[in-house]
Amino acid sequence: MGVDGNYKWVGKRTVRPDGTDKVTGRALFSADSSMPGMLIGKILRSPHAHAKIKSIDTSKAEKLAGVKSVVIGKDFPNLPNKTISIGILAANFSEMSDKLMARKKVLYDGHPVAAVAATTSAIADKALSLIKVEYQVLPHVIDVDEAMKPKAPLLHKKMITVGVDPAPTKASNVASRCEFGFGDLEAGFAAADVIIERTFKTKPAHQGYLEPHGAVVSVAEDGQVTIWCSSQGQFMVRSYCARLMQIDEAQIRVIPAEIGGGFGGKTVIYLEPVAMALSGRAGKPVKMTMTREEVMRATGPTSGTSIDVKLGATKDGKLTAGEAELRYQAGCYPGSPVGPGAMTAFAPYNLENVKTVGFDVVVNRPQAAAYRAPGAPMSEFAVESVIDEMAQKLGMDPIALRELNAAKEGTTAPYGPKFGPIGNEQCLEAAKNHPHYSAPLGPNQGRGVASGFWFNVGGESVASVNINTDGTAVVLSGNPDIGGSRASMAAMAAEVLGIDYDKVRPIVADTSSIGYNDLTGGSRTTFASGMAVCNAATDAVDQMRTRAAKVWDISPDAVEWSEGHARPAGPNAGDFEPMSLADIARTSAKMGGPITGRAAINAQGAAPGFGTHIVDVEVDPETGHVTVLRYTAVQDVGRAIHPSYVEGQIQGGVAQGVGWALNEEYVYGDDGCLQNTGFLDYRMPVASDLPMIDTVIIEVPNEAHPFGVRGVGEVPIIPPLGAVANAVSNAIGVRMTDLPLSPPKILAAIKNGS
Amino acid sequence: MSKHHVTSTVNGEPVEFLCEPQETLLDILRDQLDLTGSKEGCSSGDCGACSVTIDGRLVCACLVLGAEAEGRKIETIENMAEGDTLHPLQQKFLEEAALQCGFCTPGFLVAAKSLLDRNDNPTETEVRYWLAGNLCRCTGYDKIVKSVMDVAAEMRGE
Amino acid sequence: MAQIEYAAPASIKEAVGLMANGGNSARVLAGGTDLLVQLRAGRLKPGLIVDVKSIDEMCSISVNKNDFRIGAAVCGAEVNEHKRLKKAWPGVCEALDLIGSTQIQGRATLGGNLCNASPAADSVPALIAASAVATIAGPNGRRKVPVEKISKGPGKTVLKKGEIVVYFTLPKPAPRSGDAYLRMIPRTEMDIAMVGAGVSLTVDKSGTCTAARVAIGAVAPIVLLVADGAKALIGTKIDDAALNALAAAASAACNPIDDMRGTIEYRTQVAGVLACRAALIAFERTRS
Repeated sequence: MGVDGNYKWVGKRTVRPDGTDKVTGRALFSADSSMPGMLIGKILRSPHAHAKIKSIDTSKAEKLAGVKSVVIGKDFPNLPNKTISIGILAANFSEMSDKLMARKKVLYDGHPVAAVAATTSAIADKALSLIKVEYQVLPHVIDVDEAMKPKAPLLHKKMITVGVDPAPTKASNVASRCEFGFGDLEAGFAAADVIIERTFKTKPAHQGYLEPHGAVVSVAEDGQVTIWCSSQGQFMVRSYCARLMQIDEAQIRVIPAEIGGGFGGKTVIYLEPVAMALSGRAGKPVKMTMTREEVMRATGPTSGTSIDVKLGATKDGKLTAGEAELRYQAGCYPGSPVGPGAMTAFAPYNLENVKTVGFDVVVNRPQAAAYRAPGAPMSEFAVESVIDEMAQKLGMDPIALRELNAAKEGTTAPYGPKFGPIGNEQCLEAAKNHPHYSAPLGPNQGRGVASGFWFNVGGESVASVNINTDGTAVVLSGNPDIGGSRASMAAMAAEVLGIDYDKVRPIVADTSSIGYNDLTGGSRTTFASGMAVCNAATDAVDQMRTRAAKVWDISPDAVEWSEGHARPAGPNAGDFEPMSLADIARTSAKMGGPITGRAAINAQGAAPGFGTHIVDVEVDPETGHVTVLRYTAVQDVGRAIHPSYVEGQIQGGVAQGVGWALNEEYVYGDDGCLQNTGFLDYRMPVASDLPMIDTVIIEVPNEAHPFGVRGVGEVPIIPPLGAVANAVSNAIGVRMTDLPLSPPKILAAIKNGS
Repeated sequence: MSKHHVTSTVNGEPVEFLCEPQETLLDILRDQLDLTGSKEGCSSGDCGACSVTIDGRLVCACLVLGAEAEGRKIETIENMAEGDTLHPLQQKFLEEAALQCGFCTPGFLVAAKSLLDRNDNPTETEVRYWLAGNLCRCTGYDKIVKSVMDVAAEMRGE
Repeated sequence: MAQIEYAAPASIKEAVGLMANGGNSARVLAGGTDLLVQLRAGRLKPGLIVDVKSIDEMCSISVNKNDFRIGAAVCGAEVNEHKRLKKAWPGVCEALDLIGSTQIQGRATLGGNLCNASPAADSVPALIAASAVATIAGPNGRRKVPVEKISKGPGKTVLKKGEIVVYFTLPKPAPRSGDAYLRMIPRTEMDIAMVGAGVSLTVDKSGTCTAARVAIGAVAPIVLLVADGAKALIGTKIDDAALNALAAAASAACNPIDDMRGTIEYRTQVAGVLACRAALIAFERTRS
């Protein structure tokens, strides 16, 4: 077995093990579970963008028949104001707690101020209406550039920018500054024949998962907590709840429900600790589910941004220097993905002189949450737009310019390390040679190209492979299956064990049934948890080899495992009839007991992914309406364990990126309140908005993974922003720098020529 | 508060339930009849995750009052397979990986079946517009649309 | 908790009685695609919901000697399945069909779209262009009101206490007539119109326009019947000069707002564009 091997199950389009439940309505998502005696919990939210809470009177609500508990901010533990690392995440629990339930101030429209649990939904609603909150409304700030101005309303009066030397003496909304890069920018720009400088803006985009957040929480009289919820990490939920509520992790069992989409938005929690507080007081289980309006008002979109890019090139197309300043909205507390944005901005390019500076800025909006390749789509949109413009100015083909300057093995990434084997050039070449790239365009049509880069992530994972006495296997892993990962785990285990895919049952285990796993995110699951599954399967194989060796009375080293059988490693090992996995499993009781392979790893060696997209659009010159005519996405995934789900990830990422580029945006009124709180006016792409999305999978294996996996989910959302903007710009002859490219904006650009 | 006594047929079975006037058919299906295959994604008719048919007509259960179900025939995702045999659309969705998280899937299947019941030879454009009221955030619709077209072709015997 | 009552009367008389006694908080439930959303969001707290879908007259389409009658509670899908109606008034049928998804089409009605009184209602400009008349039943009997006279502003209608719209009457089109409705939305489906334009016209044997009606939506507090737009077309062969005059008339009539769905500038400009495009489609249809 090697990264270039021929596989029986890896790379095959198997039917996913959880599929039937999901096409019959049987699968249980967060809102689908109920418990006897369960109460319904609901949250009262701030109607103001920024206000002091002068008082909260819950007495009338508490007296209402059917109301079993009411909580407000003071009912939650106060926690030290410092940032703690948990696995691949870092969190400030004081801030997190304040986001769950406001204490002294509300910081955005939708900020929770109180919660109730009642016997029915209608009584809970009534109870919320009986809670009287007295606010003193404060000036608010929504836009990132406005928030950075010296006289902007301050969200946090003591916030001093981190990362500036010497430290500022005055508080501001700028939480931190980060910087990456190397070389001599001045010399680089001096060597340029052409320099382009542009400012770009993007709006916050919501992850748009179809399943609203939901949880059922039961706090027993002895303090044991059981949580059924959908999240991107049952262990994340456990860690956060334990710290926020100040109880031991061992007292909390989180049982993962099926998750109806996350895309990063379910790497944080909103309801579980509130339901814990309500359930603990009421002595009954509490179910909480958000409405779509609550999801839109109060759960994390990714940051809106404002970005300056400066790029220099010689007249023959060699990039000489690249510089960017990135300003990202964090929401009400620090924590925008400006760091990864600054790291990834120029990553597809081999630059000798590069510098990116990022600012994390608080504004009166809900806290930004991760969204697919957090931070990268915006910064790479800005750079890819300038690359496109540079190609035009130089009279070069945009892919040729990218190829000439492509990052490759040995290139120092703008964020520091040298790239190992990467598929950037292969993606560009495949895009260039794709029939799409040379297809003719009609009137009012334009073609756009853009590249994308994401690190991919490793991290901590645990897996078990239990061999059953009938020759089947159960694979336990600890990451929610957000889009087919059970199928990938089963395929990898079947491949290592040498048994049929349908003899392997993959299970997503709860927090008390398996060891710690970092959450599903950053494109880590198939890589890191997949590696753990492979290692656990290999551990089981080793045990079975040892047992065969005992039977044959030879050294375990003289036993090899192939096609699901222990075999003598060669003629010198002896002449024995091979023993199948089923043979060995059947006798396990006599041979030392059950066979269970285990692996607990902190997976290292995650390898970067690159992609190049091509899109054709047509712009209606009289209305500014954009039609996406054709889309091709090329991506290096290392190894496609399940090609259909790899294609699906790419196609889904493209659709989200197209939505971000064209129509998705948050609209706030002058009062700082969100106006488009539903799917009607937060315009995600519908089926009739998109063409088929062609995918080209490139496989440059990652040597660190048993099957060569890099990861797939993040990269495909990055290039669409730049590709669509470049295509529209090319169609109308005006450079578009302000997303989304809604019809009014395009029509105005056509009219005004800028 | 006066509850309404409603008699209707759900998935071929006679059912009776009591509902408050403002309760939706989706509330009734999920909370009273334990038919949680229809999902609540928006409660405003914008996502299609609660698609069901009433007297053969495709609707969002969140935009129908429970009381309106009186005397009607309602079909949900739970009745799409016949015994242990999946409907061809269900089977095709599995084979073609036309689902990722699976939350929108019941709604898409009910809606797609409703299309193929009327038109066994839809164009890609017709499929896309018929399904425009069903949001999917995972797949980019590509494999869903292809699966529906493929099943239509199979039903035509191609 | 405020009590909500639900009733499903079987006759107009019964429905009118319920509406009259239900006071200001009584609401008609036809398709429910607006009502239930408002109910769920807490924007509306009706005391009484009157479900009119058990009333035959409101739920059927009839073809008479001189006109079509479309019950106010007939859903969009049923309207679009009616072949003769669709042949006679394709623009009206398409306008109704543009409201929401297939699922919404299984519910949404002309009566609801009109009485919700949104300036962006898709079916209303087409109905106005088609000279549709609403028959209203109330405690004092029935009256007929042209559709353009129903809305008084966003969410407001001329309906009096106890009154409900029973059906719409559309004339049988004169020979060589055609109608069309177009709207502008950012996506291809599922959006509220940023601008909408309905045009109905009739030409003589030489192809000269003899009658026309132009209505535009989402550009003012109510859907506008643009008399100057009709004037621009009548007497012409829908040539470029006529279309330019139509565009100018449509844009001049606009009195829109800036909101999350569009800007004043955009709506004003595109109203002219859509009016022209709809006129061309309607003109094309006069030949079939």
